[in-house]
Amino acid sequence: MIKILEIIGEYFLFLWRVFSRPEKWHEFFKKLIYEMNAMGVGSLLIVSIVAITMGSVITIQTALQIESSWVPAWTVGFTVRTSVIMELCPTIISLLLVGNLGSRITSEIGSMRVTEQIDALEVMGINSASFLVLPKIIASLIVNPILIVISIFFALLGGYVTVLLTGVVSAFDFIDGLTSFFRMYDVYYALTKTFVFAFVISTVCSFYGYRIEGGALELGEANTKGIVVASFVVLVLNLVITQIML
Amino acid sequence: MIEVNEVSKYFGEKKVLKQISTVFEEGKVNLIIGRSGSGKTVLMKCLVGLLFPEEGAVLYDGRDFHRLSADAKKMLRSEMGMVFQGAALFDSLTIQENVMFPINMLQKDKSDEEKLERVNLCLKRVDLQNANNLYPAELSGGMKKRAAIARAIACNPKYLFCDEPNSGLDPKTALIIDQLIIEITHEYGITTIVNTHDINSVITIGESISFIYEGNMEWRGNKDNVLISDNELLNDFIFAQPLTQKIRDLS
Ligand SMILES: Nc1ncnc2c1ncn2[C@@H]1O[C@H](COP(=O)(O)OP(=O)(O)OP(=O)(O)O)[C@@H](O)[C@H]1O
Ligand SMILES: [Mg+2]
Repeated sequence: MIKILEIIGEYFLFLWRVFSRPEKWHEFFKKLIYEMNAMGVGSLLIVSIVAITMGSVITIQTALQIESSWVPAWTVGFTVRTSVIMELCPTIISLLLVGNLGSRITSEIGSMRVTEQIDALEVMGINSASFLVLPKIIASLIVNPILIVISIFFALLGGYVTVLLTGVVSAFDFIDGLTSFFRMYDVYYALTKTFVFAFVISTVCSFYGYRIEGGALELGEANTKGIVVASFVVLVLNLVITQIML
Repeated sequence: MIEVNEVSKYFGEKKVLKQISTVFEEGKVNLIIGRSGSGKTVLMKCLVGLLFPEEGAVLYDGRDFHRLSADAKKMLRSEMGMVFQGAALFDSLTIQENVMFPINMLQKDKSDEEKLERVNLCLKRVDLQNANNLYPAELSGGMKKRAAIARAIACNPKYLFCDEPNSGLDPKTALIIDQLIIEITHEYGITTIVNTHDINSVITIGESISFIYEGNMEWRGNKDNVLISDNELLNDFIFAQPLTQKIRDLS
């Protein structure tokens, strides 16, 4: 228990160091662009594939559950849209990104720690935490919401294509459902979650990479720990945010 | 000049450095020698501030490094260059970019041409002028060490720290690195501190030698008296190998 509190304290001290002003804005923006590119391009394909299949599956399942004559036909489209926007995309895709972006961040920073590259930065008088980690956090705060919005689009598209191919409901009713009773608040809720999750993923995973002591073995351990802890925190915060916002 | 004053360092209960006191002189190559695990790397990390000694002080020309303000510390650090045990080159950057990096970060008012000129000069100094666009992964161990030296001297340091610069290299390459270090030291009047357990280095570049044994400062001297001391522990260390024993018996 004391150990956990210690780690939490260490985490906030780490954040304190990370969020000091960058010394060289030029270097910062260069790294930011690089990170955004690496994160976005690196995850786009897997995110799209997962989103399409998720949308497709949820459409079929919803249609089968409510196959009854006195439920209006647009219910399927409506339910699919709501669950995709409010829960599936922000949460499931964020969990996917923990594995994808998070482990990339831990490995990169961790291997710099193990090979003394972080020490080399410190000896030059550079705040290594801010220099290495801040661009990653900002990049994921920008890139993750974009990825989530794209995934929402692909999930709904997946659902629509499924409807066309299987005819579980008529395409007209599905579209009707997708477009009725639209609430902007759902999107705010989804994006709020995404932002918070992006922050958790990038900071927790960098933290575990940054604090490694040892070699390749510890790097693997840190990677696993980062993913487990980040996923856990994402799930807990999902509950908290839902309590607060809905 | 760097003075080390009664420095002790603990890891948990374990006392790794025990009241170490010594002096590293300006314009000379100062060696820290000792067996593996004796605390050389820990001492060097205390000198450059990567570790914080629980007791004692490290004085740079009289200034107590660990008790300086953050800004003053940063100023002092801009006068340091360090070569790590594993070279620690940034592996996402080319060799040229690696050497450029500290110049970019610390000497903001230089023009691009001046920076490039300095980088090329440093690379030429370590005989790596043809490796500009290679990545660290594409270099041999000896080339990495030389690139790390080039990066360490890029900003004209007053203090140069080398942690086992020639470990893992063949004797000839090791000699080249040693020569390079002593030449650079004299050329620019740097205060150089080198960790080593290589006897060849000890007798070729040891202008001042501090011998540590299990975290204790055991003996101080230089290459001229290191072979004729009557310190048991030092002799054990120096004459550990059959070759050195044979030479001693012959002479
Ligand atoms: N971070 C650490 N935590 C705990 N103990 C450490 C740590 N770093 C070093 N030590 C201990 O300090 C002692 C000295 O280690 P150090 O790395 O300074 O040895 P060294 O003289 O540099 O050896 P080598 O020649 O092999 O590099 C060792 O016993 C090591 O176990
Ligand atoms: Mg060492």
